[in-house]
Amino acid sequence: MPVLDVHRDEEALTVALTAEFEAPPVRVWQVFADPRQLERWWGPPDWPATFDEHDFRVGGRATYYMTGPDGTRAHGWWQFTAIDEPRSLEFDDGFADQQGTPVPEPQPTHAVVTFAADGDRTRMTVRSAFTSLDALHQQARMGMEDGLRLAAGQIDAILKEQP
Amino acid sequence: MFQALADATRRDILARVLHEGQSVSALARLYPMSFAAVQKHVAVLASAGLVTKERRGREQVVHGDVAALRRAGGVLTELEGLWRHRVRGIDDIIRGDSDASAGRAP
Repeated sequence: MPVLDVHRDEEALTVALTAEFEAPPVRVWQVFADPRQLERWWGPPDWPATFDEHDFRVGGRATYYMTGPDGTRAHGWWQFTAIDEPRSLEFDDGFADQQGTPVPEPQPTHAVVTFAADGDRTRMTVRSAFTSLDALHQQARMGMEDGLRLAAGQIDAILKEQP
Repeated sequence: MFQALADATRRDILARVLHEGQSVSALARLYPMSFAAVQKHVAVLASAGLVTKERRGREQVVHGDVAALRRAGGVLTELEGLWRHRVRGIDDIIRGDSDASAGRAP
């Protein structure tokens, strides 16, 4: 299996994952850099992605939509914040409305991806974190719906207190 | 859900009733606040689906819902699952290269 290690940090609302692929970093880099390859793996199961914009430079944006089994389209965007080919890549990743305008909910995440050569292989790490914990707490105080985000750390603590 | 968990007293109440149901009056004795204030905290937890109330004689007994709490913690699990799926997708693409170059069917 390509996934070697996964670590979830409930306090920092972060998932860190390490995977290994049977190709050098210059090849694995292409699955991010080339939108035609990117759309083959980005969407969740049964929601293939179509990227209609992919401005692959720092500050550039990518926009895409995912098509669900019933034809529903869910729109999203990336903003590239760091690109160091073929070593590392960072981008914000959020959702958009049907016109493609970014929406604050669900919260965007920020991904940091690194590619390290390991012989003929690539060890890729992904660190994906919610971008603004403050915003999550703010939502909590405002009592907004969709509560599934904030309290991950608190929830973990409460569950640990159980005898 | 967020609002329910944003208060330290409510988190403490929830932690106590997850293990074993407790009456509102027993809970009220634990905190330097009125019975009515504790009752209000319990009502907030109940409306978030984190606890259930059961009338037992003259008492109201509060029980925590562990399953609801675990669901709330699921956002990172979802993110992890998504990235695991993506890694499989990338792996399929990379493996497709070598299959193609070796002249085999993908």
